[in-house]
Amino acid sequence: MTPVLAVRGATKRFGAVLALDGVDLEVFPGEVLALLGDNGAGKSTLIECISGVHRLDAGSIEMGGIAVTTGSPAAARALGIETVYQDLALFDNLDPAANFYAGREIAGPRWLPRGLRLLRRRDMSRATGELLTRLQVGIADPHATVGLMSGGQRQAIAVARAAAFASKVVILDEPTAALGLRESRRVLDLILRLREEGHAVIVISHAMDHVIEIADRAAVLRRGRKVGEMSPTPDNRQALVSLIVGGDS
Amino acid sequence: MIAESGALRRLGSDPLRLALLAIRLGPVLILLLLVVIMSMLSPAFLTMLNLGNVLAQSAVIAVLAIGQLLVILTRGIDLSVGSTLALASVTGALVYSAAPSGPVVVLAMLATGMAVGAINGMGYVLGRLPHPFIITLATLSAARGLALWLSGGQPQQGMPEIVQAMGGGSAGWLPYSAFLVAAVALAVVLLTTRMVWGRWIYAVGGNPEGARRAAIPVDRVVISVYVLSGLAAGIAAIVTSGRLNAGSPTFGDLAELDSIAAVVIGGASFLGGRGGVGNALVGALMIGIIRNGMNLLDVDAFLQPIVIGVVIVMAVESDVVRGRLESRFRIARAARA
Repeated sequence: MTPVLAVRGATKRFGAVLALDGVDLEVFPGEVLALLGDNGAGKSTLIECISGVHRLDAGSIEMGGIAVTTGSPAAARALGIETVYQDLALFDNLDPAANFYAGREIAGPRWLPRGLRLLRRRDMSRATGELLTRLQVGIADPHATVGLMSGGQRQAIAVARAAAFASKVVILDEPTAALGLRESRRVLDLILRLREEGHAVIVISHAMDHVIEIADRAAVLRRGRKVGEMSPTPDNRQALVSLIVGGDS
Repeated sequence: MIAESGALRRLGSDPLRLALLAIRLGPVLILLLLVVIMSMLSPAFLTMLNLGNVLAQSAVIAVLAIGQLLVILTRGIDLSVGSTLALASVTGALVYSAAPSGPVVVLAMLATGMAVGAINGMGYVLGRLPHPFIITLATLSAARGLALWLSGGQPQQGMPEIVQAMGGGSAGWLPYSAFLVAAVALAVVLLTTRMVWGRWIYAVGGNPEGARRAAIPVDRVVISVYVLSGLAAGIAAIVTSGRLNAGSPTFGDLAELDSIAAVVIGGASFLGGRGGVGNALVGALMIGIIRNGMNLLDVDAFLQPIVIGVVIVMAVESDVVRGRLESRFRIARAARA
């Protein structure tokens, strides 16, 4: 089977710091891949390169076996990769529908330049409502700004937004950080529904219990290198942790 | 205002919600209160003639405040609008003496405003400056200096008829400048509530890095709001120059502070992302009525800036309280969920 997304020999340098050093990664459709590693291991840099925030210095990204360049967030989006960044996901001053369609508003008429088109606000609200219902995300007040919503609701909206537009890969950076038990549960269920719908999901997480529960495979980074890959099971927990912190320490 | 009627509809019995709504409607309530108090204190206040005066006196602040609003929505500030107004008026007067054509003078004034705005926006974005305060402070100084230099420091008499009409003409008690304000307000309401570009302005103000990652053209959006603020200063220059039938390098002195004050006391957030044209208009009218009322009541003119200052502090404090109430609201909701 061809991986939906493959990264080969990813290398990225920030000044004197080698953030990524020849990392290989593959994800398959209908799979949840956990990306693990201590702080500064290179997880965020890797997903930022995949999602077009940074450019790789060396290495390549392939989608469905074909080499692609994700030179900008827009290019990555166009390739079917959606990313939910920790803390950066939402516009607190806008309602859920405006958040959903930020940067890709439904608007017309088409002969006008994009910025001058008139918003089709009703279409956007309706589509947003339908999607939130399908993914079983309960929102008390669909017209309130998301700044007024709880952490779990906000994260659910961010994840649902990624799911709505990702045709291939959804990347989630710490989706359950700063959430309560019940709210984490909802987000985890949402991730499992994404897998059922055939998305490839990459999750960065420090929460081992969550990783073991939802991930089919875990890749571990340390100091910019991939140091191992295994399937996260309760029995492997100790092995995973020592891979993350490093055998030598 | 649309958002507010929506908020009214969804109003529950929740006290936190009520407090939030009160803060959101606060500026409108204060404006109404001002009107009631003034009409009780002075019989001259609620006459058509005086209301026309209030509108005419508020017109310049209102137009500048609408431009300033767009800038503040993106977390920016435009300190240059008063100086830009002066430069545009002097340019208009000089063009008029060379080519006495109404449309040419109007275009020259608008173009001058937009040019200063373009310098602000491009200087800020392309110069990767940490904050627009610096570049607009620079143009505050430079545009005023250029206006002084071009005019030799002297007011230049003479404006075309169309400019004079915009500044001083009226239909009955309704000044033409009020129609101009209404037209500008309508155009910007269309931009901010209906157009994709307006949605992007709010997105940039709410979360600039998020907007970048959502593939919104953040740099172009930011530059555009400064150009539009400059354009507003050019329109305000037409009103001011028309009223006094001259272009002068001293016009618009401290007008940038009035415009910022109007936006903030009208209820838009100084922190960006929240507020609309209604807020700028309410704020401009509040300042206009406070000034007009104190004149009618023969209050010492030196006291007026003090009153405005107190109102500004109250407005910003209510924005802070709003933020705190919202986070309590969020916690209360999470607990209920």
